[in-house]
Amino acid sequence: MAEKLSMYLAFPFVQNTLIVGVLIALCSSLLGVVLVLRRFSFIGDGLSHVAFGAMAAAAVIGFSDDMPFILAVTIICAVILLKSGRNSAVKGDAAVAMLSVSSLAVGYLLMNVFPSSSNISGDVCTTLFGSTSILTLSENDVRLCVILSAVTVILFVYFYNRIFAVTFDEEFSTACGTNAKLCNVFTAVITAVVIVLSMKLAGALLISALVVFPALSAMRVFRSFMAVTISSAIISVSCALAGMLVSILAGTPVGSTIAAADMIMFAVFFVMGKILGRR
Amino acid sequence: MIAIETHNLSAGYTTPIISGLNLSVNAGDYLCITGPNGSGKSTLMKTLLGLIPPLSGSVKIHAGAGDVGYVPQQNDLQKDFPASVSEVVMSGFQGRLGLRPFYSQHEKESAESAMMRMNIAELSRKSYRELSGGQRQRVLISRALCAGRKIMFLDEPVAGLDSQSAKEMYRVIHELNTEGMTVIMISHDTESSMKYATRVLTLGRA
Repeated sequence: MAEKLSMYLAFPFVQNTLIVGVLIALCSSLLGVVLVLRRFSFIGDGLSHVAFGAMAAAAVIGFSDDMPFILAVTIICAVILLKSGRNSAVKGDAAVAMLSVSSLAVGYLLMNVFPSSSNISGDVCTTLFGSTSILTLSENDVRLCVILSAVTVILFVYFYNRIFAVTFDEEFSTACGTNAKLCNVFTAVITAVVIVLSMKLAGALLISALVVFPALSAMRVFRSFMAVTISSAIISVSCALAGMLVSILAGTPVGSTIAAADMIMFAVFFVMGKILGRR
Repeated sequence: MIAIETHNLSAGYTTPIISGLNLSVNAGDYLCITGPNGSGKSTLMKTLLGLIPPLSGSVKIHAGAGDVGYVPQQNDLQKDFPASVSEVVMSGFQGRLGLRPFYSQHEKESAESAMMRMNIAELSRKSYRELSGGQRQRVLISRALCAGRKIMFLDEPVAGLDSQSAKEMYRVIHELNTEGMTVIMISHDTESSMKYATRVLTLGRA
């Protein structure tokens, strides 16, 4: 088994996959803490559907490099969704459902009306569940992913204290002079970026697993924001690594294997939380 | 010395709930705002704080950016929020961060003294979600003390507290006031608030 693994690890495309996977896992876990705590978990899911629709549209229009277009569309939708804010939770909820189902429908419709290849159901399946697409990353994808992930992590660390403050109490932050609105827009943009990046790895339908599970697992056991953030990042990166290695060795789809690893980790942390008597 | 002034203030989200309010609060005053539900108490407080723009008229607060503390009502999101007490208290300094990403040693020490002042120093490593209602309120007041020590706004600070904790809370607020802090508090409980307040503003539907 070790031999098989070292053989695979010698391939540049496998190395690329691992680098991109770890970076995406790191970004999505940092973001996940904020989204889960602000009750925005579902927005990640909705946005991934938007990204799916955008990807289909990009294929029809015939962009050679579809990433900038998908990013732009998803960022705009993210800003619109998060702008409704926490005060209009019900409205926001319905808006997410509406937007995500419309994007799915339009995306699938476009793919069928203007087929770009003969295997439509295969294309759709790949986009939705990720399957093997992570192994076919272009140099460009890898570079973009590394740059965007680095920017995300740096911004998160720099604004860490403000992110905590606004997440905990937006009203108090505003009264203190923190620009909570700008902070929300920033969250929306980062969300969109992470979602689009993760789509290559996990597929549109499975991204939420990467976003919400690490944060939820960490929250079972840890009690301060700092501890939750750090452990969520560690959980996410180790699950992504484990998932990718298993998928390479066993030939399982990357996205769902990582999601399964995240699920198992959540179960472990859930039990640990119960044993430690956390509420 | 005047701390807060309003001139012909109309406040509300789209239609005015309060109109033509001329109010002046002196430094060191203890102003209690009372009135039935929907009379605009919280709206007025948020307008004074600049969270909602006034529909017409003006609000003037004679204090610097680091002088005003605010204790909002506790919100639902905070019930299971993983945050240590010291993290919450430290966030009172966010307005002074400027371009710095992290809090200074001096700010950490001030946060400790604010927690000591509110008798919650031994809770600093505990999680906010594990505290009782009264303890949480002390945490939020400590945070407000970090944000500013001249004027404090409190929006129903005793909501949800049992009568013993409520009494204790009024005593603490009174103490802050006797030390020279201007207090503006919303309260339903007119009897207890009358006991300490130097001025009372009663809002009602016209």
